[in-house]
Amino acid sequence: MSLPAIAVKDLVKRFGETTVLQDINLEFPQGKVSCLIGPSGSGKSTLLRCLAFLEEATSGMITINGEALGFFQTPDGKRERLPAAQIRTVRAQTGMVFQQFNLWPHMTALGNVSEALKTVHKVPKAEAEERAMAQLRKVGLENRANHYPSQLSGGQQQRVAIARALALEPKIMLFDEPTSALDPELTGEVLNVMRDLAAEGMTMVVVTHEIGFAATVGQQISFLDHGRLLFSGPPTEIFAKPRHPRLDQFLDTYLDRGASMLV
Amino acid sequence: MTLKLFTLLLQAAISTVGISLVSIAIGFVIAILLSAARLSGKAIYVAPTQLFISFFRGVPLLVQLLLIYTLLPVIGINVPSVVAAIIGLSLCTAAYQAENMRGGFESVPKGLIEAAEVTGLNPTQTFFRIRVPIALRLTLPALVNEAIMILKSSSLVSVVGIIEITKMAQDLASSTYLPIPIFLSAGLIYLVINWVIAMLGRYAEKSLAGTSA
Repeated sequence: MSLPAIAVKDLVKRFGETTVLQDINLEFPQGKVSCLIGPSGSGKSTLLRCLAFLEEATSGMITINGEALGFFQTPDGKRERLPAAQIRTVRAQTGMVFQQFNLWPHMTALGNVSEALKTVHKVPKAEAEERAMAQLRKVGLENRANHYPSQLSGGQQQRVAIARALALEPKIMLFDEPTSALDPELTGEVLNVMRDLAAEGMTMVVVTHEIGFAATVGQQISFLDHGRLLFSGPPTEIFAKPRHPRLDQFLDTYLDRGASMLV
Repeated sequence: MTLKLFTLLLQAAISTVGISLVSIAIGFVIAILLSAARLSGKAIYVAPTQLFISFFRGVPLLVQLLLIYTLLPVIGINVPSVVAAIIGLSLCTAAYQAENMRGGFESVPKGLIEAAEVTGLNPTQTFFRIRVPIALRLTLPALVNEAIMILKSSSLVSVVGIIEITKMAQDLASSTYLPIPIFLSAGLIYLVINWVIAMLGRYAEKSLAGTSA
């Protein structure tokens, strides 16, 4: 078996007294689309944020393509923090797309996509913008390159955000409810971009409420509830009847959101 | 009131504008550094910042100027009065500008910082490329206000021996016995300068519209 893109081992995350994630053990395979589903507050977004190192796990280990993220285990079992530069290197293998897009308002679409190339990777301006433009073309927004985020629709903003992440040529793309902040008629354009990416063989981890997307594009579905991973597997297995009663209950609430075909 | 008197007032206005603009610019740089120190969240940087701001906001500018002017020679630093004036005004406006910027920095959405973090920007790059431009857009009106306040407060630097508009007007008034036209002219000159600052501020706001959070 090949090395998983991301391996999560015995992950625990607490915020003060509250345990948000409890003993998560999960692997995300290379070149596949993995979806994290579950009710609000199940911890799925927190898990994704741990993978992006925006949250630091309370205990446990995460490895990205075999490299420890944030912490390493000493031979005597202690957990120590890695230096900041090394964290950035491991993290650079992943790109992140947020629910709220988080485009920088003072930069154009092109500026947003080329910023890290210029500032972090010191790519000359002309080349950085050329590469950024190629990414904008890929998400169908070449003609919006000089627009500011406030001049773009939500769906367009999210596609720029995807281009921004792709410009850094990550090996893994992390999506945190990428369509949850969008009007229903705008989700399609974002999901289409994600489908294209999946078809190219990009490794993706997607936290989503779009059960239809998870069932059709997802190749591994993981269901979280109350901070625990209840089960994980291919969609044919997960959505096949008889289903876990908790999943059935969860799907019931999504009948009108594209999950009807599964029932 | 003759043209000659008005010309003398205009000459004095050069001191007012020069000292004010230089002080606002230096104060701006210090305010950015103070903001960076405060955002670091580390007590060894935050505590002196708070102390600095409390002092320069809490002590009258007139007293600060007199202190700087009399204190510096005592510790062996002899500076021309124009430098003393600029030091005083800069430090004072830095404290106010930093305080104005605080709200701006606090209003930068956390998600925008996270987006910088995940795209690999280090904290310094994030500060200058993301936090500062967004915070300044949010605080621009307050900063223009502060520039106008400083221009008016610059009348106080006459206490360290600078001949600026107000001091010149006082001198001319007592030597010519024409206080009313002279003070009216002085007021008019301040008004025009501040009107220009306000216009520039409005122009900047307009051209930045649509590019703020």
